Amino acid sequence: MSAGTGVVPRPGSTRRRTLWQEIWRQRTAYLFIAPKYALFILFVALPVLWAFLISLQEFRIFDTVWVGLDNFVQVFTSDLFWIALRNTVQYAAVTVPANVLIALVLASLIFPLRSGAQTFFRAAYYLPTVAASVVIAMVWRWIFNYSYGLFNHILQLVGLERVNWLGSSAFAMWSIILMQVLTPPGTGVLLYLAAMGSIPQTLYEAAILDGASPYARWRHITLPLLKPTTLYLVVLATIGSFQVFTPVLIMTQGGPGYSTTTLVHMIFNTAFLDFNFGLAAALSVVLFAIIMVFAIFQFRWLSSDIEYS
Amino acid sequence: MASVRPSANDSTTSTTATRAAGPRPGTPAAGASWQLALGRVGLGVGRGIGWVVLVGWAIVSLVPLYWMVTTSFMLPEEVWQVPPAFVPTVGKELPALLLSGRWTEAAELWAKATESYVFLFQSTPIWRWFLNSTIVSGVATLGVLLLDSMAAYAFAKRRFPGRELLFWIMISTLMIPGQVTLVPMFMIVRDAGLMNTLWAVILPDLSMVFGVFLLRQFMRTIPTELVEAATIDGASELVIYSRIMVPLAKPGLATLGILTFMSTWNSFLWPLIALQRSELFTLTVGLKTLQDKNLVQYGLLMSGATVAAIPMVIVFLMFQRYFVKGLTLGGLKG
Repeated sequence: MSAGTGVVPRPGSTRRRTLWQEIWRQRTAYLFIAPKYALFILFVALPVLWAFLISLQEFRIFDTVWVGLDNFVQVFTSDLFWIALRNTVQYAAVTVPANVLIALVLASLIFPLRSGAQTFFRAAYYLPTVAASVVIAMVWRWIFNYSYGLFNHILQLVGLERVNWLGSSAFAMWSIILMQVLTPPGTGVLLYLAAMGSIPQTLYEAAILDGASPYARWRHITLPLLKPTTLYLVVLATIGSFQVFTPVLIMTQGGPGYSTTTLVHMIFNTAFLDFNFGLAAALSVVLFAIIMVFAIFQFRWLSSDIEYS
Repeated sequence: MASVRPSANDSTTSTTATRAAGPRPGTPAAGASWQLALGRVGLGVGRGIGWVVLVGWAIVSLVPLYWMVTTSFMLPEEVWQVPPAFVPTVGKELPALLLSGRWTEAAELWAKATESYVFLFQSTPIWRWFLNSTIVSGVATLGVLLLDSMAAYAFAKRRFPGRELLFWIMISTLMIPGQVTLVPMFMIVRDAGLMNTLWAVILPDLSMVFGVFLLRQFMRTIPTELVEAATIDGASELVIYSRIMVPLAKPGLATLGILTFMSTWNSFLWPLIALQRSELFTLTVGLKTLQDKNLVQYGLLMSGATVAAIPMVIVFLMFQRYFVKGLTLGGLKG
């Protein structure tokens, strides 16, 4: 028995050992995961649990007191929260469907191309994704500039009035949305292309024999089989869009007024400008709950007829 | 697990297959030749529209990056020119000056065009920021590769009590948005005395769980027989890990390395909170403060943005195929 330090225990031999003996026998496995797990507990697991506790506390200069659900009451009764929520939902409601749809259309158009052209377009669409969001936001702030920006120049070229993109509370949020929609969904295109590549060719061959048109083949074979990818992208994009922060901080600082304040921008300001940690933690718990509700809803709704093989 | 394989080489095999299928629409509908002809025309028009959409979006995608680079090379007065210069003066005139051998004029023009870069490197600590970003991304990437491959090896090839539970606890946090932990993380890092050190940024990067998931998926495809054979030959755990698993997982490690380098290089919110002294800024945080101080110096801002973007563009163009593989491996099919 003592010689059996094999990696994979022989069937039957495990059952005779107690749990502690088994743990001791596999001690090296725990050593292999220990460094990662220690960091994971310290910087992920513990902070997540702690966030819930902090949301029930108020931080004063010399002490910290438990205030129950006061912070949450404050969140839900503050006008700014509802403004930030509306802005964030507006952003998500437009950018998520737009980005997923654009990714689907672009991938469907790229897929039949020769591999050279395919590589070119894939790279062209992914390139803005590899640049830091700070960089992209700075460039778009310049493009949206009222007097000298590229956008207003194009508008004037086609005979339209200039728009005060980032400077007016009516347009500012839409400008950030427009930037997000026009920046190609590089990840989505890549994932759709990979998923299209793994669809068995026999399905298309059978459809061609039945006289199905290219559109019919796309509509009745490609599209249904892409559903798991679509689900994944929708959930991913929703989570991402509810966390929108960088473009807001770089382009508008949440203004004019509060017209572009989003939930994460509000968390950031509450925590690190006002140093109201309790309220900021309560806000992040609410954000977490909203994202989870959306994710679960989307899973239910979109995965209803997916068959996992 | 088998589902991982086809996606890795999808682009070559399946493209040829669809192409072969493409150009003969409705073959069996013989007899109605006018229908066939009409179908061909429709297909041609459809294909034309397809190309217009693809090229149009490629332009929309690349124009901001082009605009960033050209603005950074504009002459100071050119930035405020109406209508804007799509090709900056330096691009229009420098080749001609060089070809006709007017070296001094060429040098003068070049000096004027790169003024914002000279200012950037002389009056801001951008070298320092660049170095900090390199240190943070480099250390975080190497650390992630080491720690994640060790953990992934144990999770993929060892059977130990609690394996499933420990793994799923880790993976269940993948969906949690990072902002939830912002405040507690700030307190932990502050109380540990790590505020305003690069470790404040590196350590949270090292604790990301995505890589463990990705590498475990990858290592599960390595035959267990190899590990068993090595065990029978008397190889120690460390030898099995370092001589068998790591070499065989190299493609997965390359993918994870590139994705980690990119995400740490581009990360913004946490470094913005954790680093408050200018000499410790990473590039993204540095760019933010550059903008705060020079709100409308777009030439300067765009040269800073270009400096921050170039390394990632090079990394992407060099390792394109790993991006595809990493996204598909990590994304789908748990």
